[in-house]
Amino acid sequence: MLKKNHLHRVFEFTAGLLFGTGLMLSGMTDPGKVIGFLDLYGAWDPSLALVMGGAIIVGFIAFTVAKKRTSTFFGGILRFPTSTAIDRKLLIGSLIFGAGWGLAGFCPGPALVSMADGQPKALYFVLAMLVGMVCFELMDRFFHEPRKAKFNGS
Amino acid sequence: MNIDWLHFTPLTSLTGGIILGMASAIFILLNGRILGISGILGGLIPPKIGDTSWRAAFLIGLLSAPAVFHAVVPTEYVTAPRIDASEIIVILAGLLVGIGTRYASGCTSGHGVCGLSRLSPRSLVATLSFMGAGFVMTFVMRHVANI
Repeated sequence: MLKKNHLHRVFEFTAGLLFGTGLMLSGMTDPGKVIGFLDLYGAWDPSLALVMGGAIIVGFIAFTVAKKRTSTFFGGILRFPTSTAIDRKLLIGSLIFGAGWGLAGFCPGPALVSMADGQPKALYFVLAMLVGMVCFELMDRFFHEPRKAKFNGS
Repeated sequence: MNIDWLHFTPLTSLTGGIILGMASAIFILLNGRILGISGILGGLIPPKIGDTSWRAAFLIGLLSAPAVFHAVVPTEYVTAPRIDASEIIVILAGLLVGIGTRYASGCTSGHGVCGLSRLSPRSLVATLSFMGAGFVMTFVMRHVANI
């Protein structure tokens, strides 16, 4: 059991390393390339579309296999997202995210990798992003905990 | 629309994308999880007992990538990043990305790569929304505000 756990940590580390390497090779850790894609009215850099395309082709195969299975290759639980809701939270959250993405050309993965690559602005971005995530947790608790407490109490 | 041939990198971008897909494949088929950066990171705020080591292992791998990349990849494939946004704009952007991705339960990796790969309508709506907002924001910044 302990061995299996250790093996999982190795796969998670490897996936992280691969993902970071893929981001760097694809050029997505360069905000200039991301903005170059998002700027349809300037000189357009289509690279990001090829990154997404390449990732989705491989991902589609993997998820087609995963959907047919009831467990992972090691007999573990397949944790697919349970929510299918297309609600206000999804839309507003995505619009806020997209606005921030277009503002600086960083999304979470490339920002973390760029920070580890020694870019000071990526460090500022990541720190601010963590503050944003803490804000979300606090707001989420403020709005949801009292309701939960009320239900528990009655 | 004119293509920026100077910066367009079809080969490395496609190859990099395939590597991102492979990482996502490992994550779902071997670990049984969706590879979504904002979710993996956000789940550590605050850390929960029994739910931190897998997140930490992934993030340590991700943060190790630059060191490995520079050791392996010839320098001609390494381009210096162009970060045009000022410090203030970068911080504002980080705040928006932090709140937005957690509110939407996903970012470019979780919704964009994994969600579209598993043909999730919810992730398609999320991806179209953040891409749309990204197009609009870039247009405003570059062609209206001229920042």
